[in-house]
Amino acid sequence: MDVPAHITGTVWKVEVSVGQVVTAGEVLVILESMKMEMPVEAPEAGTVKEIRCQPSQAVNEGDVLVVLAP
Amino acid sequence: MFRSLLIANRGEIARRIGAVARSMGLRTIAVYSDADAQAPFVREADQAVRLGPPPPKDSYLDVQALLRAAKETGAEAVHPGYGFVSENAEFAQACTEAGIVFVGPPPASMARMKDKAQARALAAGAGVPVVPGSDGVVADLRGASEAAERIGFPVLVKAAGGGGGIGMAVAGSQAELEKAFRACADRARSAFGRDAVYLERYFPAPRHIEVQILGDTHGTLLQVLERECSIQRRHQKVVEEAGSPLFLDGRNAGLLERMSQAALAAARAFGYANAGTVEFLVADGEFFFIEMNARLQVEHPVTELTTGVDLIGWQLRIAAGERLTPKQQDIHRRGHALEFRIYAEDPVRFLPSPGPLNVFRPPEGDGIRVDAGYAEGGVVTPYYDPLLAKLIVSGKSREEAIQRAEGALERFEIQGLKNNIPLHLRIVRDRAFQDGALDTHFLEHHAKP
Repeated sequence: MDVPAHITGTVWKVEVSVGQVVTAGEVLVILESMKMEMPVEAPEAGTVKEIRCQPSQAVNEGDVLVVLAP
Repeated sequence: MFRSLLIANRGEIARRIGAVARSMGLRTIAVYSDADAQAPFVREADQAVRLGPPPPKDSYLDVQALLRAAKETGAEAVHPGYGFVSENAEFAQACTEAGIVFVGPPPASMARMKDKAQARALAAGAGVPVVPGSDGVVADLRGASEAAERIGFPVLVKAAGGGGGIGMAVAGSQAELEKAFRACADRARSAFGRDAVYLERYFPAPRHIEVQILGDTHGTLLQVLERECSIQRRHQKVVEEAGSPLFLDGRNAGLLERMSQAALAAARAFGYANAGTVEFLVADGEFFFIEMNARLQVEHPVTELTTGVDLIGWQLRIAAGERLTPKQQDIHRRGHALEFRIYAEDPVRFLPSPGPLNVFRPPEGDGIRVDAGYAEGGVVTPYYDPLLAKLIVSGKSREEAIQRAEGALERFEIQGLKNNIPLHLRIVRDRAFQDGALDTHFLEHHAKP
């Protein structure tokens, strides 16, 4: 499952690593935009299969940040 | 008066300060990051200096780059606007040491306001009511229970180690206190590494009302009447007005008088000069000091439009050592003004929405002023706050201002990014807003889509 950025901004922190098991609602990445920190949460439980962003990278709304496997 | 002014800010406020300064015959110097190279405030300045890349720490917060720009251009004074370095006492001190006039309060006064606990103690010492609370940290549940009994329920349990509302828990009774105390202490330990908590009286529906202060360096201190800023999201103001509906038509005149005198007393205790604002929570016919802001406020235009006092002009004259000529008895309110912060954000969930301004057409007309930081064709980047423009609407009465505002908001055309004009339209059409029944939780209960 692809987890996209819900806002345009920059990646502030990546909170998970590949292979990590996450629960629904767990924070995967924290984005920063317009002086606000916005967490990107896992929509459902799974394992982190791929991380497609790194800190300070600029991302657009809809860009895939993390891929989860069920 | 100095002859040149460097404006250490961006967007609408840099533009506005520049316009006032040029009208006084000053040479204006803009500073900008790469994200703002094409912005109106840069184009309109007499001179412009690049600070660095877009992130604020590499540009508008870079004290050394700002000082360098001021020296290179021979700027005699620096206006910091709001945000960025405006409340940085070290920057103010560095300007003073470099022989550059800092347009703001004396650095010593800024230092006194910076620490919230110290500011609160100073205000309380000057006889200004502060939010009742525990004297510092409570050691254990028993200490919390004793403090809560003294303060009165409901109480707010807050983490001493941090901010941003993290860990805050409300308790309505002794029975609820244990749960709130443990929840807050646990949250504080995991977030800040220490479980120290303190207590404050909780107000379920307070109003946020503030008093504008203007003081010169010769001991004259004026209060330039109140503003109400209760409509907020995430503790940031969305709509402001002058005067407060709480005091319209001479209502609650005693409360307003006491609050205005308290604001002057607080400003005196801080040794204040220049423009500043004393913020209060108002609930149940009482008022409580929150903090004093040592700078120009975003919402200063509603005061300018209803009192005729040119706040930015006076900031510059006061910084140049001039004496305030208006007397307290000359400060009167005429009419009513509302300010709507037009944010680049989704109007329902308030999420940031940077993007291109393909269409940007602010309304015009009687009683309508727009302070915009951007122009059509510009791009709003994610690096700075979401404020696109301030729509400021005045009228002979609050009713007239609201009616005018509705029309102005309908005519405000923005395309290319999400913005909160739909939210503002819901607010001005909301019955509670029209009735002036405001509190800081207004947007949780009203103006829903």
